[in-house]
Amino acid sequence: MDRITVADIAKTFQLKPGQTVTVDGLRSNSITVLSGLDLSIRQGEFITLVGPSGSGKSVLLDIVAGLTDATAGTASIDGEAITGPDPRMAYVFQQYALFPWRTALENIEYALEVRGVGRAERRARARHFLSLFGLHGFEDRYPSQLSGGMQQRVAIARALSVEPEVLLMDEPFAALDAQTRDILQSELLRIWERLRTTVIFVTHSIDEAVYLADRVVAITARPGRVKEIIDVDLPRPRAEGLRNSPEFAHLKGRVWNVLRDEVRAAQKDWALSSATH
Amino acid sequence: MTYVLGRSAPVAGKTDFHRPALSAVARLWGSSTVLAGLPLLLALCLLWEVAPRLGWMNPIFFPPLSAVLSALWDLIASGEMARHIGISFERAGLGFLLATVVAIPLGFLMGRYAAFEKATDLLVQTLRNTSQFALLPVFVLLLGIGEASKIAITFYAAVFFLLVNTIVGVKSVDSLLLKAAKSMGTSDWDLFRKVIFPSAIPSIVAGMRLGVKASLFSVIAAEMLAARSGIGFLIQNAQLMLKAADMYAGILVLTFVGLLLNYALVWIERRATHWRADAGDQPH
Ligand SMILES: Nc1ncnc2c1ncn2[C@@H]1O[C@H](COP(=O)(O)OP(=O)(O)O)[C@@H](O)[C@H]1O
Ligand SMILES: [Mg+2]
Repeated sequence: MDRITVADIAKTFQLKPGQTVTVDGLRSNSITVLSGLDLSIRQGEFITLVGPSGSGKSVLLDIVAGLTDATAGTASIDGEAITGPDPRMAYVFQQYALFPWRTALENIEYALEVRGVGRAERRARARHFLSLFGLHGFEDRYPSQLSGGMQQRVAIARALSVEPEVLLMDEPFAALDAQTRDILQSELLRIWERLRTTVIFVTHSIDEAVYLADRVVAITARPGRVKEIIDVDLPRPRAEGLRNSPEFAHLKGRVWNVLRDEVRAAQKDWALSSATH
Repeated sequence: MTYVLGRSAPVAGKTDFHRPALSAVARLWGSSTVLAGLPLLLALCLLWEVAPRLGWMNPIFFPPLSAVLSALWDLIASGEMARHIGISFERAGLGFLLATVVAIPLGFLMGRYAAFEKATDLLVQTLRNTSQFALLPVFVLLLGIGEASKIAITFYAAVFFLLVNTIVGVKSVDSLLLKAAKSMGTSDWDLFRKVIFPSAIPSIVAGMRLGVKASLFSVIAAEMLAARSGIGFLIQNAQLMLKAADMYAGILVLTFVGLLLNYALVWIERRATHWRADAGDQPH
């Protein structure tokens, strides 16, 4: 069964007065970021999205999250068109987006608070999700007192605390150092194995994309659409040592082959557009 | 607001940057800059004592410090000093409170709605650059010599600090936090209460600090020009009556009160932003 369907999505931004970009040698005051993008995501599936920078991955997540409207096409959850933020979905950002004036526990409570969950219950649930991420004892810390890895754990705990059916993650580990990143990938998988939430995870790391995913979706250079979907038929639960296996290397090679031309195209595109900005 | 200002200091393991009220003041007083500055201050006091005694200054206009302190003691013992200070604080406090009530909602609207800001900005900028002192005669003409004109000048003195800082605070809300809050289904009202307002608090409190001082200074000036009570009146009246010692006593008290107020406000500002990282606080 499909949980999320994205059908023939396009997104065009109108630029501010005076700004132009050059698309196919023509000057334009609008920029088409997504065009003809189709994607179906099954219930409980872990999808990773890879593609060159600027290919509209974040915009796609925003559309699915109901934070921005598509110019054309529809995104739907369980067959219903998405028209605004939906309680069945939760969003995790690269820069954590924690409220700096709230403690770790209060940050997690926020998501429950705005849904009208009572104080005692949301405390208990927030505590549960904090300890799920090994953050027991850090309840009263403010974000500024936590490392980046801990902050992102809190942010993921906040997202999961509302028991979403779909978890959207936009390069959540990109700002972390390599070791923390590896640890968080394993932690995320461990928790996901239990919850089996549908996940759409954007990353620019091919290694991360293959390690986490059931399917890796490669997006083309701008305007973004699905170039190819690579099935990752590696066994779960995924062991750390999996990364050293020839199958893993083979899959990474396949993803890179698909992406290479797109990254080159994107770089050419930038060279043009940055000259006119 | 209570959950920012009124929170009991959380126990935060080894990163403990929450200090209770008294120790914060004690720390300021005990800090090395105060100690280092003490000799010069004492030298000034000594000079104050000896200059009139040795005839360097006319003791009628510039009595020795000991005479000023004894006049101060009399004013305190008779309750007169407390009465005048109380009245000044009441005026400044009322004007400041009124300014807060007006400026914060207005600042939210101006900071949040570009069209509203566009429509009001020119007016605000014009009013802001009119000195409250220049307006005192106007206030007296329109509101009379009584309390209303004094409250008006303290209001005017504080309101723009509060307004500008509220606008800045509201505008500086991290757009990612807004996005995250919206993705969690935050209603517009909750967005104001739970995201925009707490984001703006540090800036608003900084504006309050400036506003309180401006209110107090303005009320002194107003009392010197048109009042029968208040610390400003006490100082001005003592000068007219050639009671120089009383005049200096009033000035000393005002300085001392201003100093205390400043420390109190710095402390409140710290409390309101206690969740911010202090240097060296962040784990790696
Ligand atoms: N609000 C906007 N106005 C104009 N252009 C935008 C806006 N948001 C995104 N873009 C442009 O859309 C393109 C895709 O952005 P994004 O989705 O962030 O790419 P990425 O795949 O790197 O996440 C970028 O070129 C960006 O400049
Ligand atoms: Mg992005």
